[in-house]
Parts: sequence; C-alpha cells; structure tokens
Amino acid sequence: MADLAAKGETPEVLFWVGCAGAFDDRYKRVTRAFVRILEHVGVNYAVLGMEESCTGDPAKRAGNEFLFQMQAMQNITTLNGYGIKKVVTACPHCFNTIKNEYPALGGEYEVIHHSTFLQQLINEGKVKAEGGESFKGRRITFHDSCYLGRANNIYEAPRAVLEVLDADLLEMKRCKTNGLCCGAGGAQMWKEPEPGKKDINIERAEEALATLDGNADVLLNLQGVESTAPVLPAGSNRNGSVIAVACPFCMTMMADGVKNKERESDVQVFDLAELIASAEGLNA
Amino acid sequence: MHFSIQNILFLLVAVAGFGLFAWQVRKIQANILVGRDRDMSGNVNERLSKTLLVAFGQQKMFKRLTPAILHLIVYVGFIVINIEVIEILIDGLFGTHRVLQFLGPLYSALTGTNEILGALVIVAVAAFWWRRNVKGVRRFSGPEMRAWSKLDANVILYVEVILMAALFTMNAADLKLHQVEGRTLPGAFPISSLLTGIFPDNTTALEVLERIGWWAHIVGILLFLNYLPSSKHFHIIMAFPNVYYSRLVPQGQFSNVESITHEVKAMMDPSYEVPAPAVGPDGSAAAPTPFGAKDVDDLAWTNLLNAYSCTECGRCTSVCPANLTGKLLSPRKIIMDTRDRMEEKYNSPLIFNPNLYGKEAKHDTQEQLDAENHTLLRGYVTPEELWACTTCNACVEACPVNINPLESIVEMRRFLVLEESAAPNSLNVMFSNIENNGAPWAFSPSDRFNWADDLYVADKATTPLAG
Ligand code: SF4
Ligand code: SF4
Repeated sequence: MADLAAKGETPEVLFWVGCAGAFDDRYKRVTRAFVRILEHVGVNYAVLGMEESCTGDPAKRAGNEFLFQMQAMQNITTLNGYGIKKVVTACPHCFNTIKNEYPALGGEYEVIHHSTFLQQLINEGKVKAEGGESFKGRRITFHDSCYLGRANNIYEAPRAVLEVLDADLLEMKRCKTNGLCCGAGGAQMWKEPEPGKKDINIERAEEALATLDGNADVLLNLQGVESTAPVLPAGSNRNGSVIAVACPFCMTMMADGVKNKERESDVQVFDLAELIASAEGLNA
Repeated sequence: MHFSIQNILFLLVAVAGFGLFAWQVRKIQANILVGRDRDMSGNVNERLSKTLLVAFGQQKMFKRLTPAILHLIVYVGFIVINIEVIEILIDGLFGTHRVLQFLGPLYSALTGTNEILGALVIVAVAAFWWRRNVKGVRRFSGPEMRAWSKLDANVILYVEVILMAALFTMNAADLKLHQVEGRTLPGAFPISSLLTGIFPDNTTALEVLERIGWWAHIVGILLFLNYLPSSKHFHIIMAFPNVYYSRLVPQGQFSNVESITHEVKAMMDPSYEVPAPAVGPDGSAAAPTPFGAKDVDDLAWTNLLNAYSCTECGRCTSVCPANLTGKLLSPRKIIMDTRDRMEEKYNSPLIFNPNLYGKEAKHDTQEQLDAENHTLLRGYVTPEELWACTTCNACVEACPVNINPLESIVEMRRFLVLEESAAPNSLNVMFSNIENNGAPWAFSPSDRFNWADDLYVADKATTPLAG
C-alpha cells in the first residue's frame, strides 16, 4: 500500500488480510487463492502488508475494550491516511468489526466480505468457475460462520458462490439462522474450552459428516427441498466431499474436527475462495 | 339496571385488584430503572413494526410449530376473551347484564368465538401440561429451573383452566336459566349449550351458579393479574415493551465503551480534551462508574427489562453451543439470575422470593460470599459460565421476545478483564500478543507479508483440491 501511496494512487479496494490470513499456514493458502482471483479479474486492489494490525476483535469479545479501541484507532488512522473507501476481507470477524464497530470511532468504509465480493464477480460474469477442477458429483456442505450469518445476515452470498461449482450441495440440519457455532468465536480460539461433555467443533464436525454421508436426520438441498442423497456406506469412496467454510476460525475448527473423526482422507475443508480459484483453474 | 350492594362490592374488589397491580408494577419499574441509562429513543416506526411482528405476530415462535400453535390458541384466547372482561367490568359496576348485547349479531359472533376459544384453550393447556410434566421436553429442565420456576409454570396452567371453567359455568347457568324461564339469551353459546344438561332446573340454583361463575371469573382474573409480577407469565405484558426496545443494529455489533474512547483518544493525541465527568446535583463529581458490569445496577436498563420479559422457555439455552456440549453456561440462567438478584437487592413483587422455594434455590457459593462480593457476578454468575460463551448470537436469535443474554455476558466479561484483570491466562497471553505484535498470535509483525512470498511458486505447484 505504501508503494501505491508513494505513487499518489488510491486502490479501488483494500484487501484486509487479517491475522489468520497472514500468519496461519493453512489460511495463507486462502489469502493466496483470493489474491489470484483478484488478479485474474483485474481488480485494482492493494494490501497494507506490514502496516496492517489486528482489528482488535478477539480483545473486544473477551472484554478487553481498552485494547480493542487502541487497535481500532491505530488501524483507522492508517486506513484514513491512505484514503481507503472500500475494504474487502475473507475474515468474518475482521469484517464485522470494521463494518460495525469502527464507524463510531471514526472509520467509515464500505466493507465487504469475500463471499459477497465473489458473488458479485460471478454475477458480473467475471468469474465463471470454468476451466479448472470439476466438482461434478462431489458433495459440499456449507458451514455458516456466526459472524457472517447471524451477526450480519449474510446467508445467501456464500451459497450463491457454491452454486456455480456444479456440485451436490447439501444443507446441514442446523444451518443459516439456526447454524451451530464452530466453537472458536468470542476469543475461544485462544483458550482451552471450559470443561464439558465434548468440544463444540467435534459436535459440529459430526453434524457436517453425517450430512455428507447422507445419514443426517434431514437432508435439504439449497432450495430447502428434501434431498435424495443416498446413504454412503462407511468406508466407501466419497470422492472427496467438502466442508466449505468462509472464515479462518471455522476452517481450523472444522479441520480439527474432521481429523478427530479420522476422516481427513475423504473429507476436506476448503474456503470459498479456494474452491472458486480451483474451479477457475487458478491453482495449477 | 339492578344497582345493588354487589356493585359496590365489585367496585371495591376492582379498585383493590388494579391498585395492587399498579403498585407492583411500580416496584418493578423502579428495579429496571436502577440500570444504566441508554438512549433508546427514535426509530419509532421500525420499533413499532418490530413489535407488531415479534410481539403481536409471534413471528419467532413459529420456529417450532407445535408449541407455536398451542401458544397461539392461548394467546388469541387471552385477547378475545378479555373483550368479555370489558363487559364484565361494566356489568359489575353498573348492575347491567350482558351490556354488550346491543351489538346484535356481532355479540353472537363474540360470545361464540369466546366459547370455542375457551374450549381450545383448555385443550392447549392440557397439551402444555403434558409436555412439561409427562413428556419432559428437555429445555424445561436445567439447574436454573428451580422449585419456584417449575411450580410457577404449572400454577399458570391450572389458573387458566379454572378461569375457563368459571366462564363456562357462568354461560351455561345463564343459558339454562333463560331456557327454564322460557326466554332467549342473546349471544351464541356453542359449548355451553352442550353443558346445560348437567345443570339443575331450579332457577335459584341457576342464579347462584351464574353468579358464582361470574365472580370466580373476574376475581380470578384480578388475582391472576396480581400474581403476574412474581411470575414468568409477566411476559404477556413485558414482551411488548421489551420487543419495542430491542436492538436494531446488526447482532454482531457490540457497543463501544464511550469513556474508554475518550481515554484512548487522549492517549493518542495529548491535545484531545476529555469531556468533564458528569456532576451530581450537589455539585460534587459523581462516583466513577466501573467498566463493565459487576452487579445489576451496572447493566443497562434494557438488560434489566429483558429479565422481566423472560418466559423461561429455554429456547436460548437449547441452541447454545456451550450448553449443548455440556459446559456450565446457560443463557437463560444469566437472565433469570439477573431478575433474582434485582429482587434480592431492591424490590420484590408480592409473591416472588427466589430463595424461599426449596433448598436448591440457594446458590452454592452464596453463603461463603462476603457482602462485597455478593453481587450478580460471582454471587450468581460464575466466571466459568461467562468464559464459555462463543458470542455466537444463537441465544439472541432464538429468543421469542428478543432478549439479549449476550450483552449481559459481555458486560460482565468486561468487568472481569478491565476491573479485576481476571481473564484466563491464555487470554492474557493473547492480549499481550496483540499489544506487542499486532496479532493475537506470537508472530512478528515483520512476517505479516510472508504469505505473498510464494504466491506464484509453492501453491501453483501443488496438486488440485481433490488431493
Ligand atoms: S452467544 Fe454465548 S450464550 Fe448465547 S448461544 Fe452463543 S455461546 Fe451461548
Ligand atoms: S431469554 Fe428468551 S429464549 Fe431464553 S428462556 Fe428467556 S424468553 Fe426463552
């Protein structure tokens, strides 16, 4: 960003990478996938690089309002200094914080989550999900992130993105407004869960796996119609079923859950951006 | 008109009933107003339409169909049958009999609907009773559902049946009386006409029965009215203001603490002028308010209003991921604790006393706490409960009367962190990482751009997703 500013330019959108997108080895792949999409469609974008700092979301949810506001003011100063108008991010927590909590502190931007951004690219015909990997015959279920769904009412965008993949899309029993948390929000990501019967991500992973295997209580397709997905016998090749996520924390939690159930050989967890990049042939 | 001693008696009973109720409501109003100020004015249209949809229209009830239909019957019955209470009040005060009969066909429609709804209410109440006491729907139990809560739920059901029985006694006796005397009773009585067979032919007995039904119905209603403030059934009134004053911002948006904003701005810019603290009426500076909430008076009045609107239905707890996986947290308990604490510290309604009903009502830790720590936080709600929350908003989404347990949870977390530095250790590590590295993990800020190094090298060579 500093390079652009030195040239006196302001990007059309600022890609807010987020701490997970910058540091988490798994999520760095999502960051790269998204950047490839941005470059593929020729969006005029920039990133802050080393000038980006934590939005303060985990501090705020944990009750450390002081630390949150320090972070927020610092980031707002940076963003305003570059005259940023539009921010896109792959992290629902960054998205929620910048969109909803920064304005009262002097940071007003148009903030877009990458699911909405990808949906727009698809609607504009800039992304067609053609020429890359085919998802035909593969099962995908989408795990709603609390900070995207209930927190900000974004339910349709990620589903619209998945629909271009030509895969079998299945809904979990608890989805959309009734979605079950992955267990990482509210700063849970950084601490051990309190004592209980099981971990939240295990519960959610079990639900996702039951849906993909076709033995969940109810199976709905995206239109809310009862699905005919046949029950797959245990051990059969599920042809690489996918749990799609749109949040770095969900990614970690769901991947851990799948691993805990020893299903990583046939069920993978991918972010929307990875799926689109792959279908668009931007991976290989 | 037959003005008699009955009318004077009725006037006294009615004045006492409504007066007592008003007195109880004022006590509750005073409790709610101990909360912190929060400006909820404006957005009248949006608020009204929300109230129409969620409170009148019961929009959120319909997430679960069976209880929604049963509840709808009792709710519509309550509203329609209460039109008849207007008639009873006028009759009682002025010695008239069935004063609304001048409405003609409309009166028949009204009485007929009343009777059918009355019968349906009895069926619905029986179903409710069965769900609670026989089927044992899971969300009706839990550690916070103490002796009082269980008793309360059943008392409401019994009273509803008694009120309906009184209504039918009154109508059937009146109908039979008219039949025996060869007159016609205005109105339609589809249910009572089936019951006249079991009533005696003696006119005096019928007159007495009619009076018993009439008095039992109205006195029952007045007694019930005064029972409400002690009961979760108070939601039939409080749901409306509570929904009206619900949050209109996105659920993910947490409040920014304003006093902290001033402090942070002053830190970043020494020339920033922090507004002078509010000055009390005597000219002295008001005591500094703590960050977050330790006791009920530290919560906003809307959080306290929530506590009086809770129906104890447990929908919040039944969708809470922490509760579902066996953690101590139950959002319903947070709300019920808030009400209990308010009524312990300030006013309590006539009947309610959280610690009177059953030994288990006493909180385990309560006795060991000194006065200083006998507060909502620690006295009722333990930090372990608070730290289990993922801030997922499922409880907020689920609540049929738009209660927000999450706000109270976050306020108490703020107190733990900002006033007591009592966060779990791993969270303190996260805080210092953010402070020192600008990230919740212990990575160096100079590595923040490393993801781009191999953007076109490593990943492009990897196998496709199917792997
Ligand atoms: S926000 Fe907290 S209390 Fe409410 S459902 Fe989620 S985890 Fe439970
Ligand atoms: S807070 Fe709402 S959902 Fe929870 S028990 Fe009370 S009324 Fe029911």
